[in-house]
Amino acid sequence: MSENSRFEPTIVGYFCNWCTYAGADLAGSSRLQYPHNVRGIRVMCSSSVDPMYLAKALFGGADGVILCGCEPGDCHYISGNYKARRRMVVLKTILETLGLEGDRLWMRWIGAPDGPKFAKTMNEFTELIREKGPNPLGRAWNV
Amino acid sequence: MAKTVSLVVGEGDVVKSLQQLLKNMLDKKLVEAVMVPLELPSKEGVVQGLVTRSVALNAASPLAPVLPVNTANILSKMTRLASSEKKVAVVARSCELRALVELVKLRQANLENLVLIGIDCFGAFSVSDYKEFAKKNASATQEFLKTIKDGKSDDARLREACQCCEYPYPLKSDITIGLIGVDFSKEVLLIANNPLGEEILGGLGLPAGGSAEARDASLKKVVADKQRKRDELFELTQKECHGLENLGVIFSPCIGCHNCRDMCPICYCKECVFDSDTFSFAADKYIGWAEKKGAIRMPTDTLLFHVIRLNHMVASCVGCGLCQDACPNNVPVFRIFRFVGSKVQPTFDYVPGRDVEEQLPLTTYKEDELQKVGYE
Repeated sequence: MSENSRFEPTIVGYFCNWCTYAGADLAGSSRLQYPHNVRGIRVMCSSSVDPMYLAKALFGGADGVILCGCEPGDCHYISGNYKARRRMVVLKTILETLGLEGDRLWMRWIGAPDGPKFAKTMNEFTELIREKGPNPLGRAWNV
Repeated sequence: MAKTVSLVVGEGDVVKSLQQLLKNMLDKKLVEAVMVPLELPSKEGVVQGLVTRSVALNAASPLAPVLPVNTANILSKMTRLASSEKKVAVVARSCELRALVELVKLRQANLENLVLIGIDCFGAFSVSDYKEFAKKNASATQEFLKTIKDGKSDDARLREACQCCEYPYPLKSDITIGLIGVDFSKEVLLIANNPLGEEILGGLGLPAGGSAEARDASLKKVVADKQRKRDELFELTQKECHGLENLGVIFSPCIGCHNCRDMCPICYCKECVFDSDTFSFAADKYIGWAEKKGAIRMPTDTLLFHVIRLNHMVASCVGCGLCQDACPNNVPVFRIFRFVGSKVQPTFDYVPGRDVEEQLPLTTYKEDELQKVGYE
Protein backbone atom coordinates (compact mmCIF):
# COMPACT_ATOMS: atom_id res chain seq x y z
CA MET A 1 0.00 0.00 0.00
CA SER A 2 1.51 3.34 -0.99
CA GLU A 3 1.30 6.22 1.45
CA ASN A 4 -1.43 7.95 -0.48
CA SER A 5 -3.71 5.00 -1.00
CA ARG A 6 -6.14 4.51 1.82
CA PHE A 7 -7.08 1.19 3.40
CA GLU A 8 -9.93 -0.45 1.52
CA PRO A 9 -11.64 -2.92 3.86
CA THR A 10 -13.27 -6.13 2.74
CA ILE A 11 -16.79 -6.28 4.06
CA VAL A 12 -19.14 -9.22 3.82
CA GLY A 13 -22.86 -8.52 4.02
CA TYR A 14 -25.59 -11.10 4.49
CA PHE A 15 -28.84 -9.56 3.24
CA CYS A 16 -32.32 -10.93 3.78
CA ASN A 17 -34.07 -11.62 0.48
CA TRP A 18 -37.36 -10.00 1.42
CA CYS A 19 -36.26 -6.70 2.91
CA THR A 20 -32.62 -5.74 2.77
CA TYR A 21 -31.84 -7.23 -0.61
CA ALA A 22 -34.83 -5.39 -2.06
CA GLY A 23 -33.59 -2.28 -0.21
CA ALA A 24 -30.19 -2.73 -1.86
CA ASP A 25 -31.89 -3.04 -5.24
CA LEU A 26 -33.80 0.13 -4.60
CA ALA A 27 -30.63 1.94 -3.57
CA GLY A 28 -29.11 0.86 -6.87
CA SER A 29 -32.03 1.82 -9.07
CA SER A 30 -32.26 5.15 -7.21
CA ARG A 31 -28.60 5.77 -8.13
CA LEU A 32 -27.58 6.02 -4.50
CA GLN A 33 -23.86 5.46 -4.01
CA TYR A 34 -22.55 2.92 -1.57
CA PRO A 35 -19.01 1.57 -1.24
CA HIS A 36 -17.86 -1.29 -3.42
CA ASN A 37 -16.16 -2.73 -0.35
CA VAL A 38 -19.39 -4.47 0.61
CA ARG A 39 -19.79 -7.94 -0.88
CA GLY A 40 -23.45 -8.77 -0.54
CA ILE A 41 -24.74 -12.29 -0.16
CA ARG A 42 -28.45 -12.85 -0.58
CA VAL A 43 -29.96 -15.14 2.05
CA MET A 44 -33.58 -16.14 2.53
CA CYS A 45 -33.75 -14.76 6.09
CA SER A 46 -31.36 -13.27 8.62
CA SER A 47 -32.16 -16.32 10.76
CA SER A 48 -31.16 -18.71 7.99
CA VAL A 49 -27.53 -17.70 8.50
CA ASP A 50 -25.90 -19.88 11.12
CA PRO A 51 -23.65 -17.45 13.00
CA MET A 52 -20.73 -19.74 12.24
CA TYR A 53 -20.72 -18.30 8.73
CA LEU A 54 -20.36 -14.82 10.18
CA ALA A 55 -17.48 -16.08 12.32
CA LYS A 56 -15.95 -17.88 9.36
CA ALA A 57 -15.95 -14.65 7.34
CA LEU A 58 -14.21 -12.76 10.16
CA PHE A 59 -11.69 -15.52 10.77
CA GLY A 60 -11.12 -15.78 7.04
CA GLY A 61 -9.92 -12.20 7.09
CA ALA A 62 -13.00 -10.10 6.29
CA ASP A 63 -12.51 -6.72 7.98
CA GLY A 64 -16.20 -6.35 8.76
CA VAL A 65 -19.31 -8.49 8.60
CA ILE A 66 -22.86 -7.15 8.53
CA LEU A 67 -26.06 -9.16 8.83
CA CYS A 68 -29.23 -7.36 7.73
CA GLY A 69 -32.84 -8.38 8.19
CA CYS A 70 -36.32 -6.93 8.13
CA GLU A 71 -37.36 -4.34 10.70
CA PRO A 72 -38.54 -5.99 13.95
CA GLY A 73 -42.15 -7.02 13.42
CA ASP A 74 -41.79 -7.18 9.63
CA CYS A 75 -40.15 -10.58 9.15
CA HIS A 76 -41.46 -12.47 6.13
CA TYR A 77 -41.30 -15.59 8.27
CA ILE A 78 -42.91 -13.85 11.27
CA SER A 79 -40.06 -14.22 13.78
CA GLY A 80 -36.82 -14.96 11.93
CA ASN A 81 -35.22 -11.61 12.69
CA TYR A 82 -36.00 -11.90 16.41
CA LYS A 83 -34.24 -15.26 16.49
CA ALA A 84 -31.32 -13.90 14.48
CA ARG A 85 -31.08 -11.08 17.00
CA ARG A 86 -30.55 -13.52 19.86
CA ARG A 87 -27.94 -15.48 17.92
CA MET A 88 -26.15 -12.28 17.04
CA VAL A 89 -25.98 -11.31 20.71
CA VAL A 90 -24.47 -14.70 21.52
CA LEU A 91 -21.79 -14.44 18.84
CA LYS A 92 -20.96 -10.85 19.72
CA THR A 93 -20.70 -11.75 23.41
CA ILE A 94 -18.36 -14.63 22.59
CA LEU A 95 -16.12 -12.44 20.44
CA GLU A 96 -16.06 -9.61 22.94
CA THR A 97 -15.40 -11.91 25.90
CA LEU A 98 -12.47 -13.41 24.04
CA GLY A 99 -11.24 -9.97 23.02
CA LEU A 100 -11.74 -10.55 19.30
CA GLU A 101 -13.16 -7.19 18.23
CA GLY A 102 -16.88 -7.90 18.25
CA ASP A 103 -17.48 -4.43 16.85
CA ARG A 104 -16.43 -5.68 13.43
CA LEU A 105 -19.78 -7.42 13.44
CA TRP A 106 -22.95 -5.43 12.81
CA MET A 107 -26.61 -6.23 12.64
CA ARG A 108 -29.01 -3.79 11.01
CA TRP A 109 -32.69 -3.75 10.11
CA ILE A 110 -33.29 -2.46 6.59
CA GLY A 111 -36.69 -2.74 4.93
CA ALA A 112 -37.48 -3.09 1.22
CA PRO A 113 -38.40 0.62 0.80
CA ASP A 114 -35.28 1.72 2.72
CA GLY A 115 -32.93 2.27 -0.20
CA PRO A 116 -31.47 5.44 1.36
CA LYS A 117 -31.03 3.70 4.71
CA PHE A 118 -29.23 0.85 2.97
CA ALA A 119 -26.77 3.19 1.28
CA LYS A 120 -26.26 5.21 4.46
CA THR A 121 -25.67 2.09 6.59
CA MET A 122 -23.11 0.64 4.18
CA ASN A 123 -21.30 3.98 4.04
CA GLU A 124 -21.24 4.26 7.82
CA PHE A 125 -20.06 0.71 8.37
CA THR A 126 -17.35 0.93 5.73
CA GLU A 127 -16.13 4.21 7.19
CA LEU A 128 -16.04 2.73 10.70
CA ILE A 129 -14.07 -0.30 9.57
CA ARG A 130 -11.75 1.87 7.50
CA GLU A 131 -10.96 3.85 10.62
CA LYS A 132 -10.47 0.68 12.68
CA GLY A 133 -8.02 -0.68 10.16
CA PRO A 134 -7.42 -4.22 8.94
CA ASN A 135 -8.78 -7.20 10.87
CA PRO A 136 -5.91 -8.73 12.86
CA LEU A 137 -7.42 -12.16 12.19
CA GLY A 138 -6.62 -11.61 8.52
CA ARG A 139 -2.93 -11.24 9.36
CA ALA A 140 -2.45 -13.90 12.04
CA TRP A 141 -1.28 -17.11 10.43
CA ASN A 142 -1.10 -19.16 13.62
CA VAL A 143 -4.73 -19.49 14.67
CA MET B 1 -41.98 -28.16 52.04
CA ALA B 2 -40.19 -31.12 50.55
CA LYS B 3 -40.70 -34.39 52.37
CA THR B 4 -37.62 -35.97 53.88
CA VAL B 5 -36.81 -39.42 55.17
CA SER B 6 -33.80 -40.49 57.13
CA LEU B 7 -31.37 -43.16 56.03
CA VAL B 8 -29.57 -44.39 59.13
CA VAL B 9 -25.93 -45.16 58.38
CA GLY B 10 -24.70 -48.35 59.96
CA GLU B 11 -21.08 -48.81 61.12
CA GLY B 12 -20.26 -45.33 59.89
CA ASP B 13 -20.17 -46.62 56.29
CA VAL B 14 -22.25 -44.31 54.16
CA VAL B 15 -21.36 -46.09 50.92
CA LYS B 16 -22.67 -49.41 52.23
CA SER B 17 -25.88 -47.73 53.39
CA LEU B 18 -26.41 -46.18 49.98
CA GLN B 19 -25.79 -49.56 48.37
CA GLN B 20 -28.43 -51.01 50.67
CA LEU B 21 -30.82 -48.21 49.77
CA LEU B 22 -30.48 -48.96 46.07
CA LYS B 23 -30.75 -52.70 46.71
CA ASN B 24 -34.02 -52.12 48.55
CA MET B 25 -35.36 -50.12 45.61
CA LEU B 26 -34.63 -53.07 43.30
CA ASP B 27 -35.77 -55.78 45.71
CA LYS B 28 -39.02 -54.01 46.52
CA LYS B 29 -39.57 -53.55 42.78
CA LEU B 30 -39.83 -49.80 43.13
CA VAL B 31 -37.49 -49.65 40.13
CA GLU B 32 -36.38 -52.33 37.70
CA ALA B 33 -32.86 -51.12 37.08
CA VAL B 34 -30.36 -48.77 38.63
CA MET B 35 -27.78 -46.68 36.84
CA VAL B 36 -25.02 -45.92 39.28
CA PRO B 37 -21.22 -45.66 39.34
CA LEU B 38 -19.67 -49.09 39.94
CA GLU B 39 -16.20 -49.85 41.18
CA LEU B 40 -14.33 -51.96 38.66
CA PRO B 41 -12.77 -55.23 39.89
CA SER B 42 -9.31 -53.65 39.53
CA LYS B 43 -10.38 -51.17 42.23
CA GLU B 44 -8.55 -48.54 40.21
CA GLY B 45 -11.50 -47.16 38.37
CA VAL B 46 -15.18 -46.40 38.74
CA VAL B 47 -17.53 -46.32 35.76
CA GLN B 48 -21.23 -45.91 35.25
CA GLY B 49 -23.11 -49.20 35.30
CA LEU B 50 -26.63 -50.33 34.62
CA VAL B 51 -27.64 -52.80 37.31
CA THR B 52 -30.61 -55.16 37.37
CA ARG B 53 -29.53 -57.66 40.07
CA SER B 54 -29.16 -56.26 43.53
CA VAL B 55 -26.07 -58.35 44.31
CA ALA B 56 -24.19 -56.31 41.70
CA LEU B 57 -24.84 -53.22 43.77
CA ASN B 58 -22.11 -54.40 46.16
CA ALA B 59 -19.84 -52.61 43.71
CA ALA B 60 -21.95 -49.44 43.68
CA SER B 61 -19.76 -46.47 44.42
CA PRO B 62 -21.87 -43.33 44.02
CA LEU B 63 -19.56 -41.18 46.14
CA ALA B 64 -16.27 -42.15 44.51
CA PRO B 65 -14.55 -38.92 43.53
CA VAL B 66 -14.32 -39.54 39.80
CA LEU B 67 -16.40 -38.58 36.78
CA PRO B 68 -15.36 -40.58 33.74
CA VAL B 69 -18.28 -39.78 31.41
CA ASN B 70 -21.25 -37.49 31.81
CA THR B 71 -24.22 -39.75 32.57
CA ALA B 72 -26.36 -37.46 30.42
CA ASN B 73 -24.45 -38.72 27.36
CA ILE B 74 -25.24 -42.31 28.30
CA LEU B 75 -28.91 -41.62 28.97
CA SER B 76 -29.22 -39.72 25.71
CA LYS B 77 -27.95 -42.74 23.81
CA MET B 78 -30.38 -44.99 25.71
CA THR B 79 -33.54 -42.90 25.50
CA ARG B 80 -33.16 -40.71 22.43
CA LEU B 81 -35.10 -42.98 20.10
CA ALA B 82 -37.58 -44.36 22.63
CA SER B 83 -38.08 -43.86 26.32
CA SER B 84 -37.40 -46.67 28.74
CA GLU B 85 -40.38 -48.94 29.36
CA LYS B 86 -38.94 -50.04 32.65
CA LYS B 87 -38.38 -47.79 35.58
CA VAL B 88 -34.71 -46.91 35.98
CA ALA B 89 -33.24 -45.14 39.00
CA VAL B 90 -30.38 -42.89 37.91
CA VAL B 91 -27.84 -41.86 40.53
CA ALA B 92 -25.93 -38.88 39.24
CA ARG B 93 -24.22 -35.64 40.10
CA SER B 94 -25.62 -32.18 39.64
CA CYS B 95 -23.69 -31.43 36.43
CA GLU B 96 -24.87 -34.70 34.91
CA LEU B 97 -28.51 -34.03 35.74
CA ARG B 98 -28.28 -30.46 34.47
CA ALA B 99 -26.82 -31.71 31.20
CA LEU B 100 -29.62 -34.27 31.01
CA VAL B 101 -32.23 -31.52 31.34
CA GLU B 102 -30.58 -29.63 28.48
CA LEU B 103 -30.56 -32.78 26.32
CA VAL B 104 -34.25 -33.31 27.03
CA LYS B 105 -34.92 -29.80 25.77
CA LEU B 106 -32.80 -30.54 22.72
CA ARG B 107 -34.97 -33.63 22.16
CA GLN B 108 -31.99 -35.91 22.68
CA ALA B 109 -33.18 -37.66 25.84
CA ASN B 110 -36.43 -38.70 27.42
CA LEU B 111 -37.13 -38.59 31.13
CA GLU B 112 -40.07 -40.95 31.06
CA ASN B 113 -39.65 -43.81 33.55
CA LEU B 114 -36.40 -42.38 34.87
CA VAL B 115 -36.18 -41.73 38.60
CA LEU B 116 -33.51 -39.08 39.01
CA ILE B 117 -31.58 -39.46 42.23
CA GLY B 118 -29.22 -36.51 42.63
CA ILE B 119 -26.39 -36.65 45.11
CA ASP B 120 -24.86 -33.75 46.97
CA CYS B 121 -21.50 -33.62 45.25
CA PHE B 122 -18.10 -33.12 46.83
CA GLY B 123 -16.36 -33.02 43.48
CA ALA B 124 -14.26 -35.46 41.53
CA PHE B 125 -10.69 -36.15 40.42
CA SER B 126 -9.69 -36.74 36.84
CA VAL B 127 -9.73 -40.40 35.83
CA SER B 128 -5.94 -40.65 35.97
CA ASP B 129 -5.70 -38.83 39.32
CA TYR B 130 -8.37 -41.15 40.70
CA LYS B 131 -6.42 -44.16 39.51
CA GLU B 132 -3.30 -42.98 41.33
CA PHE B 133 -5.37 -42.19 44.41
CA ALA B 134 -7.06 -45.60 44.39
CA LYS B 135 -3.72 -47.38 43.97
CA LYS B 136 -2.49 -45.80 47.17
CA ASN B 137 -5.67 -46.21 49.21
CA ALA B 138 -7.48 -49.49 49.70
CA SER B 139 -10.81 -47.72 50.12
CA ALA B 140 -10.45 -44.60 48.04
CA THR B 141 -13.94 -43.25 48.62
CA GLN B 142 -13.61 -43.51 52.41
CA GLU B 143 -10.27 -41.74 52.29
CA PHE B 144 -11.77 -39.00 50.18
CA LEU B 145 -14.78 -38.61 52.47
CA LYS B 146 -12.37 -38.02 55.36
CA THR B 147 -11.23 -34.81 53.63
CA ILE B 148 -14.75 -33.37 53.74
CA LYS B 149 -14.97 -30.44 56.11
CA ASP B 150 -17.89 -28.02 56.36
CA GLY B 151 -19.65 -29.75 53.48
CA LYS B 152 -16.78 -29.58 51.01
CA SER B 153 -13.41 -31.00 50.15
CA ASP B 154 -10.50 -28.67 49.54
CA ASP B 155 -8.41 -31.43 48.05
CA ALA B 156 -6.15 -29.79 45.48
CA ARG B 157 -6.59 -32.79 43.22
CA LEU B 158 -10.22 -31.93 42.54
CA ARG B 159 -10.89 -31.16 38.90
CA GLU B 160 -10.88 -27.46 38.11
CA ALA B 161 -14.56 -27.63 37.18
CA CYS B 162 -15.38 -29.10 40.60
CA GLN B 163 -13.27 -26.64 42.56
CA CYS B 164 -15.36 -23.75 41.33
CA CYS B 165 -18.75 -25.46 40.83
CA GLU B 166 -21.51 -23.37 42.36
CA TYR B 167 -24.06 -26.17 42.01
CA PRO B 168 -22.81 -28.91 44.36
CA TYR B 169 -26.47 -29.80 44.92
CA PRO B 170 -28.91 -31.16 42.31
CA LEU B 171 -30.97 -28.42 40.66
CA LYS B 172 -33.40 -30.95 39.25
CA SER B 173 -33.99 -34.40 40.69
CA ASP B 174 -36.86 -36.53 41.96
CA ILE B 175 -34.91 -37.54 45.04
CA THR B 176 -31.94 -35.76 46.53
CA ILE B 177 -29.37 -37.57 48.62
CA GLY B 178 -28.49 -34.88 51.13
CA LEU B 179 -24.91 -35.12 52.36
CA ILE B 180 -23.84 -31.50 52.71
CA GLY B 181 -24.36 -30.16 56.22
CA VAL B 182 -25.29 -33.68 57.34
CA ASP B 183 -23.22 -35.98 59.55
CA PHE B 184 -23.20 -38.77 57.01
CA SER B 185 -21.29 -41.12 59.27
CA LYS B 186 -24.58 -41.42 61.15
CA GLU B 187 -27.37 -40.42 58.81
CA VAL B 188 -28.19 -39.34 55.27
CA LEU B 189 -31.09 -37.05 54.47
CA LEU B 190 -33.23 -38.26 51.58
CA ILE B 191 -35.37 -35.49 50.12
CA ALA B 192 -38.37 -36.12 47.86
CA ASN B 193 -38.74 -33.21 45.48
CA ASN B 194 -41.97 -34.26 43.79
CA PRO B 195 -44.74 -36.91 43.95
CA LEU B 196 -42.59 -39.47 42.13
CA GLY B 197 -39.85 -39.04 44.70
CA GLU B 198 -42.38 -39.31 47.51
CA GLU B 199 -43.78 -42.50 46.03
CA ILE B 200 -40.37 -44.16 45.82
CA LEU B 201 -39.22 -43.02 49.24
CA GLY B 202 -42.60 -43.93 50.71
CA GLY B 203 -42.23 -47.46 49.37
CA LEU B 204 -38.95 -47.94 51.23
CA GLY B 205 -40.52 -47.81 54.69
CA LEU B 206 -37.84 -45.54 56.11
CA PRO B 207 -38.40 -43.28 59.14
CA ALA B 208 -39.31 -39.66 58.54
CA GLY B 209 -36.30 -37.37 58.37
CA GLY B 210 -35.63 -34.10 60.10
CA SER B 211 -35.82 -30.72 58.50
CA ALA B 212 -33.48 -29.78 55.71
CA GLU B 213 -32.63 -26.47 57.35
CA ALA B 214 -29.15 -27.43 58.49
CA ARG B 215 -28.36 -28.64 54.97
CA ASP B 216 -29.69 -25.45 53.44
CA ALA B 217 -27.57 -23.31 55.74
CA SER B 218 -24.47 -25.37 55.05
CA LEU B 219 -25.14 -25.32 51.29
CA LYS B 220 -25.29 -21.55 51.36
CA LYS B 221 -21.79 -21.37 52.79
CA VAL B 222 -20.38 -23.98 50.41
CA VAL B 223 -21.92 -22.24 47.41
CA ALA B 224 -20.56 -18.86 48.50
CA ASP B 225 -17.10 -20.36 48.82
CA LYS B 226 -17.32 -22.02 45.41
CA GLN B 227 -18.56 -18.81 43.81
CA ARG B 228 -15.57 -16.98 45.22
CA LYS B 229 -13.25 -19.56 43.66
CA ARG B 230 -15.19 -19.35 40.42
CA ASP B 231 -14.79 -15.59 40.28
CA GLU B 232 -11.06 -15.92 40.90
CA LEU B 233 -10.85 -18.33 37.99
CA PHE B 234 -12.86 -15.95 35.82
CA GLU B 235 -10.46 -13.16 36.63
CA LEU B 236 -7.52 -15.31 35.64
CA THR B 237 -9.28 -16.40 32.46
CA GLN B 238 -10.10 -12.83 31.56
CA LYS B 239 -6.42 -12.01 31.83
CA GLU B 240 -4.93 -15.07 30.17
CA CYS B 241 -7.46 -15.83 27.46
CA HIS B 242 -8.19 -12.36 26.14
CA GLY B 243 -7.11 -11.09 22.76
CA LEU B 244 -5.76 -12.73 19.66
CA GLU B 245 -2.20 -12.94 20.92
CA ASN B 246 -3.16 -14.73 24.15
CA LEU B 247 -5.59 -17.02 22.38
CA GLY B 248 -2.84 -17.95 19.95
CA VAL B 249 -0.76 -19.08 22.90
CA ILE B 250 -3.64 -20.84 24.69
CA PHE B 251 -4.69 -22.81 21.63
CA SER B 252 -1.23 -23.48 20.26
CA PRO B 253 -1.23 -27.06 21.63
CA CYS B 254 -4.68 -27.78 20.17
CA ILE B 255 -4.29 -30.58 17.63
CA GLY B 256 -7.90 -30.52 16.47
CA CYS B 257 -8.71 -34.00 17.80
CA HIS B 258 -12.17 -32.72 18.83
CA ASN B 259 -12.14 -34.84 22.00
CA CYS B 260 -13.58 -31.84 23.85
CA ARG B 261 -16.60 -31.93 21.57
CA ASP B 262 -16.97 -35.70 21.79
CA MET B 263 -17.07 -35.69 25.58
CA CYS B 264 -19.32 -32.63 25.79
CA PRO B 265 -22.82 -33.69 26.83
CA ILE B 266 -24.39 -30.77 24.99
CA CYS B 267 -22.66 -31.30 21.61
CA TYR B 268 -25.05 -33.89 20.27
CA CYS B 269 -25.05 -33.37 16.48
CA LYS B 270 -24.85 -36.66 14.64
CA GLU B 271 -22.66 -35.00 12.08
CA CYS B 272 -20.72 -32.06 13.42
CA VAL B 273 -20.07 -29.37 10.85
CA PHE B 274 -16.37 -29.97 11.51
CA ASP B 275 -16.73 -33.60 10.42
CA SER B 276 -18.40 -32.45 7.23
CA ASP B 277 -16.84 -30.81 4.20
CA THR B 278 -18.44 -27.44 4.98
CA PHE B 279 -15.05 -25.91 5.62
CA SER B 280 -13.01 -28.09 3.26
CA PHE B 281 -11.64 -26.51 0.12
CA ALA B 282 -9.59 -27.35 -2.94
CA ALA B 283 -5.81 -27.00 -2.66
CA ASP B 284 -5.69 -23.74 -4.61
CA LYS B 285 -7.85 -22.04 -1.99
CA TYR B 286 -5.45 -22.91 0.80
CA ILE B 287 -2.50 -21.81 -1.30
CA GLY B 288 -4.32 -18.56 -1.99
CA TRP B 289 -4.78 -17.91 1.73
CA ALA B 290 -1.19 -18.84 2.40
CA GLU B 291 -0.05 -16.39 -0.26
CA LYS B 292 -2.04 -13.65 1.43
CA LYS B 293 -0.48 -14.19 4.87
CA GLY B 294 2.81 -15.80 3.90
CA ALA B 295 1.77 -18.98 5.72
CA ILE B 296 -1.27 -20.51 7.33
CA ARG B 297 -1.53 -22.98 10.17
CA MET B 298 -2.59 -26.42 8.98
CA PRO B 299 -5.03 -27.94 9.53
CA THR B 300 -6.88 -24.64 9.42
CA ASP B 301 -9.60 -23.26 11.70
CA THR B 302 -8.12 -24.19 15.08
CA LEU B 303 -9.54 -21.22 16.96
CA LEU B 304 -12.59 -21.04 14.72
CA PHE B 305 -13.57 -24.56 15.78
CA HIS B 306 -13.76 -23.48 19.41
CA VAL B 307 -15.59 -20.24 18.61
CA ILE B 308 -18.18 -22.11 16.55
CA ARG B 309 -18.58 -24.76 19.23
CA LEU B 310 -19.07 -21.98 21.77
CA ASN B 311 -21.60 -20.42 19.49
CA HIS B 312 -23.55 -23.65 19.16
CA MET B 313 -23.59 -24.86 22.76
CA VAL B 314 -22.44 -22.26 25.27
CA ALA B 315 -25.96 -21.14 26.16
CA SER B 316 -26.50 -24.68 27.48
CA CYS B 317 -23.00 -25.27 28.91
CA VAL B 318 -23.38 -26.75 32.40
CA GLY B 319 -19.69 -26.50 33.21
CA CYS B 320 -19.09 -30.20 33.84
CA GLY B 321 -15.50 -29.75 32.67
CA LEU B 322 -15.27 -33.02 30.75
CA CYS B 323 -13.99 -31.10 27.71
CA GLN B 324 -10.89 -30.12 29.64
CA ASP B 325 -10.42 -33.64 31.02
CA ALA B 326 -10.56 -34.98 27.48
CA CYS B 327 -7.93 -32.64 26.07
CA PRO B 328 -4.69 -34.55 25.49
CA ASN B 329 -2.68 -31.33 25.60
CA ASN B 330 -4.22 -29.56 28.58
CA VAL B 331 -5.84 -26.69 26.73
CA PRO B 332 -7.99 -24.96 29.40
CA VAL B 333 -11.17 -25.44 27.39
CA PHE B 334 -13.45 -25.64 30.41
CA ARG B 335 -12.15 -22.35 31.78
CA ILE B 336 -12.86 -20.54 28.54
CA PHE B 337 -16.25 -22.13 27.91
CA ARG B 338 -17.42 -21.63 31.48
CA PHE B 339 -16.26 -18.01 31.41
CA VAL B 340 -17.96 -17.25 28.11
CA GLY B 341 -21.07 -19.05 29.38
CA SER B 342 -21.13 -16.76 32.40
CA LYS B 343 -21.43 -13.83 30.01
CA VAL B 344 -23.92 -15.36 27.55
CA GLN B 345 -26.37 -17.17 29.83
CA PRO B 346 -27.39 -14.21 32.03
CA THR B 347 -28.28 -12.22 28.90
CA PHE B 348 -31.27 -14.50 28.61
CA ASP B 349 -31.71 -14.99 32.36
CA TYR B 350 -30.96 -18.63 31.66
CA VAL B 351 -29.51 -21.27 33.93
CA PRO B 352 -28.86 -24.49 32.00
CA GLY B 353 -30.42 -27.50 33.66
CA ARG B 354 -32.63 -25.50 35.99
CA ASP B 355 -35.96 -26.57 34.58
CA VAL B 356 -37.18 -28.80 31.76
CA GLU B 357 -40.02 -26.38 31.07
CA GLU B 358 -37.74 -23.40 30.44
CA GLN B 359 -37.13 -22.87 26.74
CA LEU B 360 -33.65 -22.96 25.25
CA PRO B 361 -32.55 -19.36 24.69
CA LEU B 362 -31.93 -19.88 20.99
CA THR B 363 -35.27 -21.48 20.22
CA THR B 364 -37.34 -18.61 21.51
CA TYR B 365 -37.41 -14.81 21.60
CA LYS B 366 -39.23 -11.85 23.03
CA GLU B 367 -40.28 -8.99 20.83
CA ASP B 368 -39.37 -6.32 23.33
CA GLU B 369 -35.88 -7.48 24.30
CA LEU B 370 -32.37 -6.59 23.15
CA GLN B 371 -33.70 -3.37 21.67
CA LYS B 372 -30.21 -1.98 21.19
CA VAL B 373 -29.27 -4.61 18.61
CA GLY B 374 -29.48 -3.11 15.14
CA TYR B 375 -29.07 0.45 16.34
CA GLU B 376 -25.83 0.62 18.33
